[in-house]
Amino acid sequence: MLQVRNLVARYGDFQALFGIDFDLKQGAIVALIGANGAGKSTFLKSVAGQMPNKSGQIRFNSEEIGQLPSDRIVRDGISMVPEGRRLFRSLSVEENLTVGAFAERKGRWTLDAVYSLFPVLKDKRNNSATTLSGGQQQMVAIGRGLMSNPDLLMCDEVSLGLSPAVVKDIYNAFPQIRSQGLSLIVVEQDIDAALKVADYVYCFMHGKITLHGAPSDLTRDQISAAYFGIEDH
Amino acid sequence: MIEIVDTIIQGVLLGGLYALFAIGLSITYGVMRVVNIAHGDFMVLAAYLALWPVTHLNMHPFVAIVPTAVLMFCLGYTVQRVVLNRTMGPNFLAPMLATFGMSIILRNGLQQVYHADSRSFQIGGLGTDSIHLGESLAVGKFPLIVFVVSVILVFLTSQLFTSTRIGVALRATSDDAETAGLMGIRASRTYAIALAISFALLAVGGVFAGIRTTFTPESGPATLLYAFEAVVIGGMGSLWGTFAGAIILGVAQGMGAQFGAGFGVLAGHLVFLAVLAFKPTGLFERTV
Repeated sequence: MLQVRNLVARYGDFQALFGIDFDLKQGAIVALIGANGAGKSTFLKSVAGQMPNKSGQIRFNSEEIGQLPSDRIVRDGISMVPEGRRLFRSLSVEENLTVGAFAERKGRWTLDAVYSLFPVLKDKRNNSATTLSGGQQQMVAIGRGLMSNPDLLMCDEVSLGLSPAVVKDIYNAFPQIRSQGLSLIVVEQDIDAALKVADYVYCFMHGKITLHGAPSDLTRDQISAAYFGIEDH
Repeated sequence: MIEIVDTIIQGVLLGGLYALFAIGLSITYGVMRVVNIAHGDFMVLAAYLALWPVTHLNMHPFVAIVPTAVLMFCLGYTVQRVVLNRTMGPNFLAPMLATFGMSIILRNGLQQVYHADSRSFQIGGLGTDSIHLGESLAVGKFPLIVFVVSVILVFLTSQLFTSTRIGVALRATSDDAETAGLMGIRASRTYAIALAISFALLAVGGVFAGIRTTFTPESGPATLLYAFEAVVIGGMGSLWGTFAGAIILGVAQGMGAQFGAGFGVLAGHLVFLAVLAFKPTGLFERTV
């Protein structure tokens, strides 16, 4: 469904991605792991159309989307939950969710569906989004991403800055989110959380993919080596 | 005592006119964080555009506002798409300089076409009629109409921002254009709609200003100054705040004028400077 070949991306003179090859099958949950600055977020931004300075191939449902702007890509069915949540601060919770449906793709995700996935948001729907706790803000961000009824949802740094209990709540929602063929890419610093939820893992280091495979096929040592760049003992 | 009440009422009504100058400026600043230096000159342009159907088709100035507003809406959309969007970016000076350039071109262009003669719109007796509210208190019908229209337009514009799909998109773009893009909102389009709305409102302000007094190709900068003062007093980007700022400015000018001809404008500037010095974020909270 998503096929990336030889993706190279730059911020000005700084090269962030060095020839990434990446595949995702429909309905899969793929986790991207790796240290800070490894290129995971840049990869997601490239797919979402937020990196103007890039080359290579990005095909989604056999359409080349590499040159499209972000507002077109969401209409094609890729939705991104950005790092740091990036909620609209002058909008209420409900307005944040409605604005997520701006692309007008039809599907199962409506305000009611999001409220039944995250019931806590319903009571806070008229609050300003930025007055919520970090975990609730992450729920709004995920809900907002779902409101465009994407075929692929990409979540950047889901658990960053959240307490373990809240992270568990959010991950518990994932089976419901994927239940109708939706694919997910999740960027996760917490390796255990990533391995538990994902069907497939890509490990990033210094802008390259150093390891990929199904969690059951990978050993702890392989992952540490790919993550930190240290050799097996 | 009755003089003070009268001064305040006249000031409030004058503030209604200033609000019409200022709402558009407030919208463009609120959505794009761009101060449109050519705001006043575009208002003068709108007045000259309205002059054509009034003189050639014998149209009533109030009616002429409608086609002028439509034309200005299209002009605002085009100016943003063709010129200003190319300057939008991290450097806020670039779009400001572009509007500064447009201001110079407009002023000289209008001078070339219409010459320096001052013009105005005539609405017959309605321009001077007044309603008596007691023995020594009277309110002009036309200033009252301006005020009511002003309240209605501020109300409609703020409804647009809070209750419509495009309004929520405008606020989202204002908060974070990059993330709005992820929702399918293209900033270059929302910006163009914001300037289009701002320009359409200028048609109302331009014609009303031209009924109340006269205008020349050089009237723009003073209009911009009053609009800018109203926006700053009220708080950048808040529509009702801007309205309140315009009223405060109008009342301050009315009070000042009691001390002599030149003191009205001066008093307005002093209130503006006082707000800038003691509460630079403006008196009212940002809502847009």
